[in-house]
Amino acid sequence: MDKPKTFFNEMIGNGTPRAPYAKYGSWFSAQNGDRLAQKSQEAEGFFRRAGITFNVYGQADAEERLIPFDLVPRILSNSEWTKLAKGVEQRVRAINAFLHDIYNRQEILRAGVVPTRLIAQNDAFLPQMMDFVPPGGVYTHIVGTDIVRTGADEFFVLEDNARTPSGVSYMLENRETMLQMFPELFSQIKVQRVSDYPKNLRASLEASAPPNCEGRPFVVVLTPGIHNSAYYEHSFLADQMGVELVEGHDLRIVDGKIAVRTTRGYRTVDVIYRRVDDDFLDPLTFNPTSMLGVPGIMDVYRAGNITIANAPGTGVADDKAIYSYMPQIVEFYTGEKAILKNVETHRCSEPEALKYVLDNLADLVVKEVHGSGGYGMLVGPAASRQEIEDFRAKLKARPANYIAQPTLSLSTVPIFTDAGLAPRHVDLRPFALMSPGSVDIAPGGLTRVALTEGSLVVNSSQGGGTKDTWVLED
Amino acid sequence: MLGKTAGGLYWMFRGLERAENTARLIEAGFRIALTRSSDPTSDWQSVIVTSAQQGAYLAQYDTYTSQNVCDFLLREPSNPSSVLSVVKAARDNARLVRTALTTEVWCAVNETWMVLTELLKKPIAEEDVPQTLEAIRQQSALVRGALHGTMLRNDIYNFCRLGTFIERADSTARIIDVKYHALLPSPSFVGSRLDNVQWEMVLRSVSGHRSFRHAVEGEYNAANIVQFLMLDARFPRSLAFCAAAIVENLDLLAQDYGGESRSLAAAQAMLGRCAGRDVSSIFEEGLHEYTTQILRDLTMLGAMIEQQYRFIQ
Repeated sequence: MDKPKTFFNEMIGNGTPRAPYAKYGSWFSAQNGDRLAQKSQEAEGFFRRAGITFNVYGQADAEERLIPFDLVPRILSNSEWTKLAKGVEQRVRAINAFLHDIYNRQEILRAGVVPTRLIAQNDAFLPQMMDFVPPGGVYTHIVGTDIVRTGADEFFVLEDNARTPSGVSYMLENRETMLQMFPELFSQIKVQRVSDYPKNLRASLEASAPPNCEGRPFVVVLTPGIHNSAYYEHSFLADQMGVELVEGHDLRIVDGKIAVRTTRGYRTVDVIYRRVDDDFLDPLTFNPTSMLGVPGIMDVYRAGNITIANAPGTGVADDKAIYSYMPQIVEFYTGEKAILKNVETHRCSEPEALKYVLDNLADLVVKEVHGSGGYGMLVGPAASRQEIEDFRAKLKARPANYIAQPTLSLSTVPIFTDAGLAPRHVDLRPFALMSPGSVDIAPGGLTRVALTEGSLVVNSSQGGGTKDTWVLED
Repeated sequence: MLGKTAGGLYWMFRGLERAENTARLIEAGFRIALTRSSDPTSDWQSVIVTSAQQGAYLAQYDTYTSQNVCDFLLREPSNPSSVLSVVKAARDNARLVRTALTTEVWCAVNETWMVLTELLKKPIAEEDVPQTLEAIRQQSALVRGALHGTMLRNDIYNFCRLGTFIERADSTARIIDVKYHALLPSPSFVGSRLDNVQWEMVLRSVSGHRSFRHAVEGEYNAANIVQFLMLDARFPRSLAFCAAAIVENLDLLAQDYGGESRSLAAAQAMLGRCAGRDVSSIFEEGLHEYTTQILRDLTMLGAMIEQQYRFIQ
């Protein structure tokens, strides 16, 4: 890198800890490094024994890996968080309203705010969802908004994950681990609780049950199975909520409703928190070879006899081309300016933007419109000349498949290393729960950290780690 | 609970029991080959035969040596009954039924898998065999302890226990069946060295050699050993004990679920065949015929439970 950048360090400003880190900083400076190193080892042992692992795709033997956990928390003040949470809530409400509109009257297209082709040519748009409103009008029961920071007051939304965002189990397990390792910290520093998340998730899913549901709604988590990369999280959430974890072959349609095979016979299911992608949900409607879903579930859904969370077709709201219109989308549905900023985004489908991107590949981050997990992207400043040229060819072949953004000067939070504290880039994924009445956001979220010095890629599939995220009481 | 979950629990505990039984069997073979035998090859052959895996073993090896047998039974990945394979399968089942297990039980199974995978990575040197077998037994005890100490006594627990006792009964019955020649009371052989070795092997295979001496007043002979292994309701690996435990768990399930239980009726019939009867009546019926029937009953009972509680579609 030719031009050295300075990055906002969330812990240390002008050589002393910033206000949210004041108490932690003085605790840390009193610690013995060897003891912390030992604690760090213990944490790894705990994660291994508890089986908090993920499977890596594309490897011959389905090897399970740990997501490295760093013991230095990422700390936000209550006021920083309050503003963030408001921004996330606004954005989540706007996305839900957008989905309702897109699948019904399409006023935003008629008003010319979002180009029709972005919907019509979008693989994530499901015609099967047209003229149908899910129970309670909720499309996005769970949203994980990826947020990055570049300065004291500079927060940007990087991505709106409105399909099946993952990572919340790490938010919860990281906190449990910290409580076990450093109980004394939590008696000195008042941190807002995240442990209500499973209870709130269940309440939120129950509140979205079909109106004709009798008694307490029966909720299940639908997983693709033990070989899925996020299986641990699926089982963890089912366990924490106290609901059943099912696979497609446990479910079938009985008397027009979805039912699950229990030891006592088939029992009606009211709400499915599915961690199976749209495409695999119903082999009769979508991918006919899918063994992961339930044949005919879309008919049951449209008849109003089951709640699917998140609703099929929500992906149309979180791809990166739609993302570039989010400020307008927020304003269109809420009548307010967006509280959280968008990252400047060049849509390569537009000739002028494409030219700019091709001319500046070395300085930009280029992403697939439908990509996720850090796969298939180009980080210009970190790429070799060859990698840039290879990517240029791909970009020219299918420009509409890509968007480009400037490389942001992501904030850093220190991690604990053998040589002491060392700054690393982080992002933040708070988790929002939406039910017919309300939006509830767990205070904190998942902080992902790029463990390699200078790296901006925080994805766990690309060698990122995680931190406990604290929101202070005051 | 889900039918799939019930099946996962049942098979998970069958697997863990099988791992433990295999360790006992090898331990017995090892001990006898070291201390009593003039013909170690046939002792190791007997271990393979008892584990009912002669065909698969001979497809891979020509000779019966301690190294080959230990490798095959402990760590051969292509052998679905090797300890490594069954522990891996048990852990996969535990992941599948994670929500039905307490954290303690899950962590114990996961740790078992981690420890044994590491331990069985490389061929086991002769001097390391005892501690390897010890580790297998210890890990089993860890899981069992977590199960007893932390799980609710409900249908989940009952399915776990059914897996354990059906596998255990099957193992004990098979051991007796393989050795039934040696266990037939035949005046001409009584007291011969050969019989004594065989009997010790049988008792050691079920970790019953010590218990036998404490519990049984009578002399060390075939009839008493058969009586102990089959009919003694105090010995936790006897058929009578296992059958009673199977009945108990099926009965609790039947009370919980209501209605008629075919598998309970079948288990009660089996219990009738191995409790409260005289050992001489078994010899009259024919020891081999008797154990064959028990093995058949167990297979049928397993299938019945699977169907009654909807393990699969």
